[in-house]
Amino acid sequence: MDGTAKKRSGTRLERNDRLVRLALLVVAFSAVSVLLVITVFIVGQGTPIMFRYGLKSFLTGTRWYPSENLFGLWPMIVGSLYVTVGAMVLGVPFGLSCAIVLTEFSSKRLRSIIKPVIELLAGIPSVVYGFMGVVILVPFIRETFGGPGLSVLAAAIILGIMILPTIISISVDALQAVPPTYREGSIALGATKWQTVKMVLLPAARSGIIASIILGMGRAIGETMAVIMIAGNAAKVPGSLLDPVRTLTSNIALEMGYAAGEHRQALFATGVILFIIIMVLNTVANVTASRMKGAKK
Amino acid sequence: MTRQRFACLFLALAVALLAGCRGGRSKNELTLAGSTSIQPFADKWAEVFMERHPGFAVNVQGGGSSAGIQACKSGACEIGMASRELKADEADLTKIVVARDGLAIIVHPSNPVRGLKVAEVKQIFSGDLAGWQAFGGPDKRITVVTREEGSGTRGAFQELVMGKTRIFSGAITEDSNGTVREIVAHDPAAIGFISLGLVNSQVRALALDGAAANDANILNGSYRLVRPFLFVSRGLPTGLAKEFIDFVLSDEGQTLVREEGLLPIR
Amino acid sequence: MRINPRAEQAFVRAVLWTLTAITVLILVYIIVFVLRKGIPALSWDFLTKNPVDMGKGGGIFSTIVATIVLTAGAILIAAPLGVGTAIYLTEYTWEGPVTRIIRFGAECLAGIPSIIFGLFGFILFVTKLRFGWSILSGSLTLAFMILPTIIRTSEEAIKSVPPVYRTVSFSLGGTKWQTVTRVVVPSALPGIVTGVILSVGRSIGETAAVIFTAGSALRLPTSIFSSSRTMSVHFYILAREGISMPNAYGTAAVLIIAILAINLLTYYLMNRFIKKYS
Repeated sequence: MDGTAKKRSGTRLERNDRLVRLALLVVAFSAVSVLLVITVFIVGQGTPIMFRYGLKSFLTGTRWYPSENLFGLWPMIVGSLYVTVGAMVLGVPFGLSCAIVLTEFSSKRLRSIIKPVIELLAGIPSVVYGFMGVVILVPFIRETFGGPGLSVLAAAIILGIMILPTIISISVDALQAVPPTYREGSIALGATKWQTVKMVLLPAARSGIIASIILGMGRAIGETMAVIMIAGNAAKVPGSLLDPVRTLTSNIALEMGYAAGEHRQALFATGVILFIIIMVLNTVANVTASRMKGAKK
Repeated sequence: MTRQRFACLFLALAVALLAGCRGGRSKNELTLAGSTSIQPFADKWAEVFMERHPGFAVNVQGGGSSAGIQACKSGACEIGMASRELKADEADLTKIVVARDGLAIIVHPSNPVRGLKVAEVKQIFSGDLAGWQAFGGPDKRITVVTREEGSGTRGAFQELVMGKTRIFSGAITEDSNGTVREIVAHDPAAIGFISLGLVNSQVRALALDGAAANDANILNGSYRLVRPFLFVSRGLPTGLAKEFIDFVLSDEGQTLVREEGLLPIR
Repeated sequence: MRINPRAEQAFVRAVLWTLTAITVLILVYIIVFVLRKGIPALSWDFLTKNPVDMGKGGGIFSTIVATIVLTAGAILIAAPLGVGTAIYLTEYTWEGPVTRIIRFGAECLAGIPSIIFGLFGFILFVTKLRFGWSILSGSLTLAFMILPTIIRTSEEAIKSVPPVYRTVSFSLGGTKWQTVTRVVVPSALPGIVTGVILSVGRSIGETAAVIFTAGSALRLPTSIFSSSRTMSVHFYILAREGISMPNAYGTAAVLIIAILAINLLTYYLMNRFIKKYS
């Protein structure tokens, strides 16, 4: 073993390694600082006005007239809530049914056709969904139920459709993650397929299904373009399903272009609120999802 | 070997970036931003201007009058487009009137109501009168459609029709003339306001206080909802901006204006 | 009253299948509707000419170019940053509170509504940094938007590489860098590529963040400081303002076909890699 030769090649490799490690550190640092900049910027721009204006009047004020410095977000908070809840009420039953049928009641061939279709639909731009709403759903609601058609109902239906791929694919994963022994044991005890699903599989996959619902909720809350096209954007608490409604995200989009000074800060503050909502939803989803992984072991 | 590949990629990236980077915005590019009322006309002007002056690019953005004024102030664009008068805190900008436009109150073509008093329009938009029956129309609730607060069209409407009264919060809010027109065109119970120059066969403009909404009545003063189309800039316009504005104010530019349904400045 | 389990199953099966059928029908109907109305509007001219008269006439060439440039820009910025960060976080650091905070932060940012990124990009790039409405502002904003997702999916992909691969590589005398580039990253590649391609799909369909940063100018972009309109934005404006329904459908059809193609590409690549490495 030639000592000097080994030392030379060893140092060169080590030096490369260190260089690479440094380069990657720089890269990671830049990326993390990007994430930090975004967070700090939004929070920094948005929080001062929340306290200056008064957190209570900001969140519960019912009048949003920026030209008069009135920043009551309540109609939009309620709007986001109604529309999201509506989307869940519609999306979850359909999505779950689809997931159950896909995993338990359909043949492999059928599954291999339907699953890709659903995943492809997850990529359709939201403006296309919004457009379908404008062209088909809004006139239908207006002619059948009355009102302008641009309504909570329209937004709830379209959002419900939009979150279907999310709920379906994650629930399918959750159901497929249940060990086959659960199914086999249940059938061996004489249960029908549905009894197995109802009493064994669904409880076992509960965490994953809940995670899918929460992620679907996150998507519904964050949706902007489709909602702007079909919800009517009236800054008033909707009195019925057929009334127009404005969500937190639509509020930002409608006013962003020209907001200045306090108005702009109010929009950032809306962003902070959305940030907090998403953080809470994500934490809950993570906790339930990790319980799912834990149960798998 | 992978290191060489990375180095090549880096180099290619750097070259591409530098090629695109002309040290800030090019002197051959002009950006107009603002009123959605002016946007289609500005686009037309830009099209013709670019045919005359190849090598120059004129970009037209929407966003609404207030957005355009803001953008001009902050330097995001060279010329802001506003379809309302400037407010006190915007007075430091240079303003040039490039056309005049009527403000039309539009309804669905099937609506039997042909005209209203301005005071009645005010009542409708403030939420005080909710049904078409009060005006001889069908027994339906009025769908009130308005623009976002930063809109120049809304600003003009607020000034000329509403005065100090707020537009009620239950009104459907959209962010461009085109969208308002689309909604009114498809909802028999809707009412909204758009630029007179953008009224087409899909909607009907109401007569106000007896005067039909057309250029003749604007010129003779019987139709009173008129607002200026302004181009604003920081300081006096120079370079490409000045050339473009000169073109718009020229005979040719103004003829285009008349052809498209606006009122020229003279 | 005890319900016969077989009857209950038959009933529930009927309900579930009905709901599923409705779901699938709705989803398929959307694609078919747009394609049926949109494909007739497609022609060589439509794809190669620029829009005329606010989009009433002409084609959508400038929007196609804008979409490609904007998305490419975003990926070129975010992919190296994201994958590099993921590699660093998983291979070069230990699992501590710092990495967990970064991961949580990335997950939250991945779920933030895109309009917030649009707001951020508009204020920072368009206004404060004076880039104006431009491809530069748009690409940077999109890059920021997809960065958290790329970090997360790359991290998951790298972490799922069995540790034994690394051990074997080290025992054969490989350095850390050699292990990473020749063993870990190639086996994590399907997952990484999926994350990148998902982000591409998201960027193409993104409208809110793009309108406020890249603007909506109809001209063919001439430099990265030009404003330009992507296909999604063009579709949105055409559809909302009723400028030209046939062209709107045509644009939507092009969008959907592009995204379908990208998704199919993902499947194909993933299957190839799985075959190659299993």
